[in-house]
Amino acid sequence: MPNHSNLILNNAIVKDEWSLVTMPAGEEIVKKQAGKVVLFKLTGEATHTAEQIANTVIPETGKILVPLAVWQARKEELAVRYAAGEVGVWLDTHELLEDLVGSVEDINSLPLIAVHVERFADGRIFSIGNLLRTRYHYKNDLRAFGDVLRDQLFFLKRCGFNSYLIRADRSAEDALASLQDFSQPYQGAVDEQLPVWRRVSRQPVSQ
Amino acid sequence: MYKYDEVDQAIVDERVKQYRDQTRRFLAGELTDDEFRPLRLQNGLYIQRHAPMLRIAVPYGMLSSKQLRKLGDIAKRYDRSYGHFSTRQNLQLNWPKLEDVPDILAELATVEMHAIQTSGNCIRNITTDQFAGVAPDEVVDPRAVAEITRQWSTFHPEFALLPRKFKIAVSGTKHDRALIQAHDIGLEFYPDPDNKMAIRVWVGGGLGRTPILGSVVREHLEWQHVLTYCEAIIRVYNLHGRRDNAYKARIKILVKALGIEEFRRQVEAEWQYLKDNPNTITEAELARVSKYFTKMPYETLPEHDASFDSAIASNPAFATWVKRNTHPHQQPGYRAVTLSLKTHGQAPGDATSEQMHIVADLADEYSFGELRVAHEQNLILADVKLSDLFPLWERARTAGLATPNIGLLTDIICCPGGDFCSLANAKSIPIAEAIQRQFDNLDYLYDIGDIELNISGCMNACGHHHVGHIGILGVDKDGSEWYQVTLGGKQGNDASIGSVLGPSFAAEEMPGVIQKLIDVYIRERTPEERFIDTVRRIGIAPFKTHVYGEKKKELAHA
Repeated sequence: MPNHSNLILNNAIVKDEWSLVTMPAGEEIVKKQAGKVVLFKLTGEATHTAEQIANTVIPETGKILVPLAVWQARKEELAVRYAAGEVGVWLDTHELLEDLVGSVEDINSLPLIAVHVERFADGRIFSIGNLLRTRYHYKNDLRAFGDVLRDQLFFLKRCGFNSYLIRADRSAEDALASLQDFSQPYQGAVDEQLPVWRRVSRQPVSQ
Repeated sequence: MYKYDEVDQAIVDERVKQYRDQTRRFLAGELTDDEFRPLRLQNGLYIQRHAPMLRIAVPYGMLSSKQLRKLGDIAKRYDRSYGHFSTRQNLQLNWPKLEDVPDILAELATVEMHAIQTSGNCIRNITTDQFAGVAPDEVVDPRAVAEITRQWSTFHPEFALLPRKFKIAVSGTKHDRALIQAHDIGLEFYPDPDNKMAIRVWVGGGLGRTPILGSVVREHLEWQHVLTYCEAIIRVYNLHGRRDNAYKARIKILVKALGIEEFRRQVEAEWQYLKDNPNTITEAELARVSKYFTKMPYETLPEHDASFDSAIASNPAFATWVKRNTHPHQQPGYRAVTLSLKTHGQAPGDATSEQMHIVADLADEYSFGELRVAHEQNLILADVKLSDLFPLWERARTAGLATPNIGLLTDIICCPGGDFCSLANAKSIPIAEAIQRQFDNLDYLYDIGDIELNISGCMNACGHHHVGHIGILGVDKDGSEWYQVTLGGKQGNDASIGSVLGPSFAAEEMPGVIQKLIDVYIRERTPEERFIDTVRRIGIAPFKTHVYGEKKKELAHA
């Protein structure tokens, strides 16, 4: 299917206008703990080299979604396209949000921020979304990509994401339904800031 | 107790629908094992040795008679007619079918129950004192805030996939009975000098592989801020807790690595942004939820009851039960009653469907239709009139629920262990049963007096062995089952973690080892000393000498 898209934006499946830029593969050192491969990178851990950043191929034209480290190191080269609103930035869950925020004068100068989740069980993505929306007042598109599955969508939405690139082997149509899993969640979060008892009148039920 | 309105009911109903679809997709091969695992775990479903195990939430241990009857019916219909009450005040079914779980959840939803977040790396069931609301030493009834916190934590979007499980305990008594120092967050309620409800916040306690008692992260927190303050703590943990090693992923490891000062600094810095946000609890919301936890409609009764006094005088067995299994009450003329699930030779914490029905009937007849689950794995009728104790005792005794051993050596706290649990290194129930058989003489048990014995089948410590006066931990050595003994652990305000006695023992040695520990206590104790007091006074060395000295001799003779 040439027109097949797995990208959800708000409540619809749309064509992806952005080209994802990734770094060339580096030397991946397999770390082990108690004989088991370490699955999660530690927060703040540096995972790429200057060489990888320099060798990253960036498409000449169109909207580009570049890795945070590449953006930081090659900002000047991208200045014109950035000014034209053609540069979005993505980061991994172990990368520091402070680095992204510090890399631009105004976070809302970025039309798109994306967070890559290597494993769906990595709940750091939820706090990152929340902080971007509430602490740093980011208002443009916020996308989750990587190991993004329908059973996490409702949580992602509540944490401020409005765009989800569903993992390629899964159906985005099916995933759409999960955005409506719960009609009246208890706690205030990013999408609905009021807890339910400030939203609706809850009268004590007679015993 | 709390009663669902349409908001609560919609959430559990929508959950049943969601989980039914997740199960369908798993069975249809649309979800891999790895993808389904966190989904089923967040719903309390483990894949165990023989069958899945389903853990049903009993929020802060409170149940209505109607709910208990339903649990009994579910155990009968979908399991083998019994259930296991756990140290987290929940109920576990050991033999349900994976494909039946959506139907079980639908049945639970009809009585305002669920299995949400009873497992998995999320905020778990909140636990508290089994005597909340009736204990004479209570300064604040913490249940309304516990319920508000339960609702806030249910499907909390930011904390759905934490580095590891997260347990919150609340307590509002002078003498802690909720193990608040052994939880990820412990909320200790007290009236502050202005007579307002305040909270001392403990953080970073936990048992498991690395037992650590919690530290106070904040001495005084106004109750309105409890949710936002928890948000700050858990956000710091969610972002910075280790995810690379499951054994180092609990918040206690982060607190220890940073030090409590630095951890506190980070939490306070985060909280400055969260304080006073809409999750700040209002007077109106507290008042709404508190209406469900008002005092029962007690009768005005004298301190004494003639029929009760004469039954005590004429019936020594009843008198013994009253002494061990009933507890003082705030209201004159009332007692709280512990129905023992520690019948000698039975798996601690197990109750049959029939027993659940009987307890439900007793609750209706004698205790306003409510009951509680104790973290010591017994059932509590919290509000019984003195004049009702004798008929209650007779009926409980017939049902095998009146073993007068509460707080004694055979009131063993015990996880399901290797008979059921796939995490366990060793069996725990047969050890409990063997000890109960060794100490079957009640007079001797009374002579030994107050003592807590806890058994865990592995270092996950579901049996809380670190805080048992005597703790037993199942360990695996070259594929066979061995048992390590710790001494001097204690729950409560002066909580402590037990010290390892020495090399581990084979299963058949365990009753003899416990006997030797008791012998040393009997020999060394002063008249007013409990077992734990003697251990604290003389240290573990004399116990060690008696246990291992003679063991070596026996070996030499063999």
